[in-house]
Amino acid sequence: MSEENFGRRDFLKSAIAGGAAAATVSLPAPAAAQPIPAAPAAGYSFLNPEEAAFVEALVDHMIPADEHTPKGTAVGVHIYIDRALAGGWGKGDRLYMQGPWAPGVPEQGYQLPLLPAELYRNGIADTNQYCVKTYGKPFDQMTAAQREEVLKNLDGGKVTFESGLSSRVFFGVVYQTVMEGMFADPIYGGNKDKVGWKMLGFPGVIQVNQQNIVKYKNKKFPVDPVSIADMS
Amino acid sequence: MTTKLKEVDVLLVGLGWTGGILAKELTAAGHKVVALERGGMRSTENDFAVPRIRDDLRFGSRNDLMQNPAKDTLTIRNNPSQLALPMRRLGSFLPGEGVGGAGVHWNGVTWRWNDNELKVRSLYEERYGKNYIPADMTIQDWGITYAELEPYYEKFERTAGVSGKAGNLRGTIQQGGNPFEAPRASEYPLPPLESSYASELFNKTATELGHHPFPCPTANASRAYTNPDGSKFGACQYCGFCERFGCEANAKGSPHMTVIPIAMKNANFELRTHSWVTKVLKDSSGKRVTGVTYTNVMNGQEFEQPAGLVVLCAYAINNVHLMLLSGIGKPYDPVAQTGVIGKNYCYQTGASANLFFEGKYFNPFMGTGGLNARTDDFHSNWDFDRSKYGYVGGATLGAGMTNGRPLGYRPVPAGTPRWGKAWKDATAKWYNSAMNINASGAVMANRYNYYDLDPTYRNAFGQPLMRMTFASKENEHKMGRQIAAVINEIAKAMNPTHLNPASARSGSWSVVPYQSTHNTGGTIMGANPGNSAVNKFCQSWDCHNLFIMGASVFPHNSAYNPTGPVGALAYRAADTLKNVYLKNPAPLVSA
Repeated sequence: MSEENFGRRDFLKSAIAGGAAAATVSLPAPAAAQPIPAAPAAGYSFLNPEEAAFVEALVDHMIPADEHTPKGTAVGVHIYIDRALAGGWGKGDRLYMQGPWAPGVPEQGYQLPLLPAELYRNGIADTNQYCVKTYGKPFDQMTAAQREEVLKNLDGGKVTFESGLSSRVFFGVVYQTVMEGMFADPIYGGNKDKVGWKMLGFPGVIQVNQQNIVKYKNKKFPVDPVSIADMS
Repeated sequence: MTTKLKEVDVLLVGLGWTGGILAKELTAAGHKVVALERGGMRSTENDFAVPRIRDDLRFGSRNDLMQNPAKDTLTIRNNPSQLALPMRRLGSFLPGEGVGGAGVHWNGVTWRWNDNELKVRSLYEERYGKNYIPADMTIQDWGITYAELEPYYEKFERTAGVSGKAGNLRGTIQQGGNPFEAPRASEYPLPPLESSYASELFNKTATELGHHPFPCPTANASRAYTNPDGSKFGACQYCGFCERFGCEANAKGSPHMTVIPIAMKNANFELRTHSWVTKVLKDSSGKRVTGVTYTNVMNGQEFEQPAGLVVLCAYAINNVHLMLLSGIGKPYDPVAQTGVIGKNYCYQTGASANLFFEGKYFNPFMGTGGLNARTDDFHSNWDFDRSKYGYVGGATLGAGMTNGRPLGYRPVPAGTPRWGKAWKDATAKWYNSAMNINASGAVMANRYNYYDLDPTYRNAFGQPLMRMTFASKENEHKMGRQIAAVINEIAKAMNPTHLNPASARSGSWSVVPYQSTHNTGGTIMGANPGNSAVNKFCQSWDCHNLFIMGASVFPHNSAYNPTGPVGALAYRAADTLKNVYLKNPAPLVSA
C-alpha cells in the first residue's frame, strides 16, 4: 500500500487517529468479502432504436477517443443517459410540474410542461427532423463536420424546431447529461473504469488529506481514483 | 378533520441550528418543548456514511439533502410588473430540510457581523450625509449592537467548533487575523485550517498590494475538538465534499451532532418529524398566538397543536411564508410603502476570476468549506471611503479551495470549445493548475425587493406559494464594478498563464445558476412596529408569544455569511426566553 492510495482500512485508521470521529464513522462490510459489482448491463431501458443511434453518435462525437479516454460509448455515457432518463430524474423528481405554463424569461429557469425524459425524446426527434431537412440524413448518419455544425447551432440557439420546442433548452439538458455520464460516479453506468476521473486526476470518494494538503503543496498528487462500488 | 392535541409550553417550527439551540437551552431550563420538523430524521452514522455520501450526482447536482420543490417552492420575478413563475427546480439557492436543516450541508463559514451592519443607516448618514443613501434603499438600524451580541457570538463559535485567528482581541490588533473585525473577548476555539496553495499565492500578492488577508473563520474543525457541551468533533480531512454534503467525520459543526442530540436526551423534549406546519393560529384579539396547525406527511392527517409560545425556526424563506399564510402582521406593499411582512428581502452578489498557471499544482480536491484566505479591506474596514464609488456596503474577497468535484469544477480558459478533442485536452490540462479569486458582496435593502403571496400557484398543501421579487440595484452594480477591478488587479499581478477576468454582474438576477443560500429579510427587526416585524429580541410586535429566528429577521444583507448572527441571535433569544419572557410573558419592548 502506498501512502497516497488510501483504502478502506486506512481510511478507518486515520479517522480513528482523527479522534472523535471514529465513533461515528460507519463503513460498509469488508470489501474483500464481496466481488466488485459489474457495470450495469448493456442494453437500453428507455431509448428506442432511433434515439439510441442518436445518443451513441452524439456521445462519440462529443467525447472522441484520444490519449485521455476511450470514446463516449466505450465510457458508458450512452448507458448513463438511458438510465437517467428511465429513472427518477427523467420522470421529474424534484421538479415542480403544476401549471399554468408561460415561457417567462431565461432568468426564471425551466418553464416547460415536459418531464426531462419527454424533453429528451422530443428533442431527439426534432433534431433528427432538422438534420434530415437540412442535410438529408438523420444525425447518426451524418459526417463528423455536419454533426459539429448541428451541435454548434443547437448550442448557439440557432436551430428552430417545427414543434415549438426550444432547441436551446433541449441542448442544455443534453450537454448536462453528457458531462454527468463522463464524470459522475460509475455506479450510474457512465465514467467506466473511472476514466473521467483519471483524465482529470480526481481521486474519487475517499480522500483523507489532512497531511497531504501540506505534503503536496504545489506538487502533483498521485491519483488512483476510488468509486462507490470500490468501497462497497 | 383536524385533531386537537394537548397544549405544550413551547413549540418550535423547524429543527436546524436555531431550533436545536432553543430546544437544548429551554429543555435544560425545565421547559417542555415540542419541535415540528417537516423533513425526516438524520444522523451521521446512517445518512452521511462513506462512500454513499460522496455521491456528487445525488447530493451535489440533484440536491438530495435539500427541500423538494415539487412539494413547495417560490415564484420568482425581477420586478413588480413581471409575471412571476415558479422556481421549478432548485438553482440559485438551496434551502435545507430535515433534522439539522441547512446546518448539515453548509460550508461552515462563520462571521461576526458588526456595527457597520447593525447600525447601518445611522453610521452612513453620520459619515456621508443624509442624502448619501438613495431614497429607494430601505435600510435601517437593527436596534441591537455588536457589544450586546459579542458573548453570544462566542457561545455559537464554541458550539460549532469554529477555526480561525483573532484579529482584534479586546481592542488590540493581532498579527495574522482580520484587522478590521470588531473586538473579540477571546480567541477562536480552534486554530486556523492549513492553508491551500491557492490562498498562499493570493496572500503573497494581495499583501504586496496593500491588502490584509487572513484565514476565513469556519466551522471546519482544524483538529479534533470537544465543545463546551461535550459534543465531539473529528479533525477535518479536507475531503472536498463539504457544502451540499453531510460530514462523515463530524468535523463540520452541525446541529444534528451538537445541540439536537443533547435536547433529545432530555425528557422535556419531543421531536415530531414529517410534521409540516401550515399555519400559526391567533386568538380572537389577534394579540397572542394559540398554536399551529400541521399535517403529518406520512398519512395526510391534520392536527392542531396548541402552545403557550411559538418560535419559528424554519429556513428564512419558510418563516416569512408562514407569517404571510397565517395573516400575522401587515403584508408589505411596495407602492404604498406600508406593512412589514415580506419587506426587505435581500440576497448577495459577487464576482470571480479564474487564474491558470502552467506548471503549478493546486490539488483542488484537497479542500473544505471555509478553506479560504479573505480580505475585509473593502467591507468591515470603515476607513475605506465608499463615496469614491458611491455605494453602501462592501465585499470581502479571497481565494482558496473548497472542492474539486468534477460535475461542478472543470475550469478552462475562456474560448475553449465545449466538447471534442480540444475540450478534453484543456479540461485535462487545467483541472489541477487553476485557482480563482472571488468576491462576496452585500446587497442593500430596496423598496422593490420583497416577498408576498403568489396569486396563482400553490404548493402540495393547496396553499399559495410565496412570490419573490428581486433584482440587484445600481448600488450593487457600482460595488461589483469596483470589486471586479480589484480582483483583476491582484490576478494580473499574480502573473497567470491565462486569466479569465472578473466582471461585475449586470442584468437581472437569474434563478438558474447556484449563487448563494444567504436569503435574508422578510420578517425584519427594528425599533418600532411601523418599520419591522420583530423587536430587538426577535419577538413579534403583533403577538408577543411569537418569536422568529434566522436570517429572515435581518433588515439587510452583508458580504459576510449569515450563520454567525443566526446562531448568536438564537442563543440571545434563549437567554431572553429563559430569564425574562417565560417568567413574565409580555411584550419586551413597548410599541
